[in-house]
Amino acid sequence: MAVDEGLKIELGKQGVFVTTLQELYNWGRRSSVWPMNFGLACCAIEMIATTMARYDLARFGAEVFRPSPRQADLMIISGTVTKKMAPQVVRLYNQMGEPRYVIAMGACAISGGPFKQGYNVLKGIDRYIPVDVHIPGCPPRPEALLEAFMTLQKKIDAQHLTGEERPRHLDAEAPGMFPVPEQGEHDLEPPANKNVWTVPVVIR
Amino acid sequence: MKTVEEIKAAIEAAVPGAGVEVVPNPGPAAQHSLLLKPDTAVAVATFLRDDTELALDFLSNVTGVDWLDKEIAEKVKVTRTVAKTVDGQEQQVEETAEETQKRVEPGYLEVVYHLYSVAKKHGPVVFRMRTGNRTDMVELPSMTPVWRSAEFQEREVFDLYGVAFKGHPDLRRILMWEGFKDHPMRRDYVEPDDFDYEPTAHDEVLKRAQEHQAALAAQKGGGE
Repeated sequence: MAVDEGLKIELGKQGVFVTTLQELYNWGRRSSVWPMNFGLACCAIEMIATTMARYDLARFGAEVFRPSPRQADLMIISGTVTKKMAPQVVRLYNQMGEPRYVIAMGACAISGGPFKQGYNVLKGIDRYIPVDVHIPGCPPRPEALLEAFMTLQKKIDAQHLTGEERPRHLDAEAPGMFPVPEQGEHDLEPPANKNVWTVPVVIR
Repeated sequence: MKTVEEIKAAIEAAVPGAGVEVVPNPGPAAQHSLLLKPDTAVAVATFLRDDTELALDFLSNVTGVDWLDKEIAEKVKVTRTVAKTVDGQEQQVEETAEETQKRVEPGYLEVVYHLYSVAKKHGPVVFRMRTGNRTDMVELPSMTPVWRSAEFQEREVFDLYGVAFKGHPDLRRILMWEGFKDHPMRRDYVEPDDFDYEPTAHDEVLKRAQEHQAALAAQKGGGE
């Protein structure tokens, strides 16, 4: 239940802070998104730059890069996902505890990018795991990654604790494990997880 | 540094029966290379490394080339006897005609090595080896015992072209996973049919994407 904005301001003037549990909960989560210490290719260099003093990811409460998936909330797919690496990426995602988020950073992570027609590159990590924010760029500048963080924070802020649209970690029915693709004789099997990825419709 | 012909002469003096050929490079680089026979290649390579004048102690690059079967059309003059009626009489006449004959030159896999000398500051010397064919006679001697730096690069050639290096200490795939069956850098490699989503397709990709869509439509039509 939302609090009337005018009333909230009026009460604030009297020294009374009013909020909802949902706002408090989302504020807590969005202000301490811990990314996983995980880089795949050249985009990882931009990700590292984002955490350094100049761009200062710490302003968003996300400076604590955790080297274990168990302690991380966010996976930044920073770079080319090869077909050899894809099962490990999905496995790491499965090992993360809910709530968990994914940012696909750069052209390779979102679609395969310049290597899309290569024999060894996955055509986008969203074929196997749900992606929250896609950032284009080759590589995206640190500002673009910050923009992705802000987009993710807005997304977290808008989540409801109850009801149909509640996030996955509050829904006991929602899938928690995503099948890890097998490395077959010619390609990954299956080539995409049909529950996660459907062929996008191109509007021309 | 010695020219390729001089190196060839030096090899033939040092390794009897080496059977080295020179593969000319007609381009402006004129970087001619040596073609080694697989059975004497290790002896020749050891000579190239240990010879005091050449001292090619550094193997910089190993790469593969895939040569497909080549169909060559040649015009050949053929003489044959034809029955003809000349001045109302049947006669056997010899006739010469030009005919196009096709012959197939079998393909092979080739491995190219680039050598330099750090001690003498010269190079590169390029040598090649060729397999018997592209299917079952793909064995070549490994250069890893001679130059240690060949190890990973030969694994890569094995992985992507399917050349089996005899004498390699650890011949496994290096880029693709174990259990992968194809050799992706071969020219007849067909990539898996995952062309469901190609928003900016053109040329070959567009063709494959259209084929994929047609196959999907046929499958749907057949299912109902």
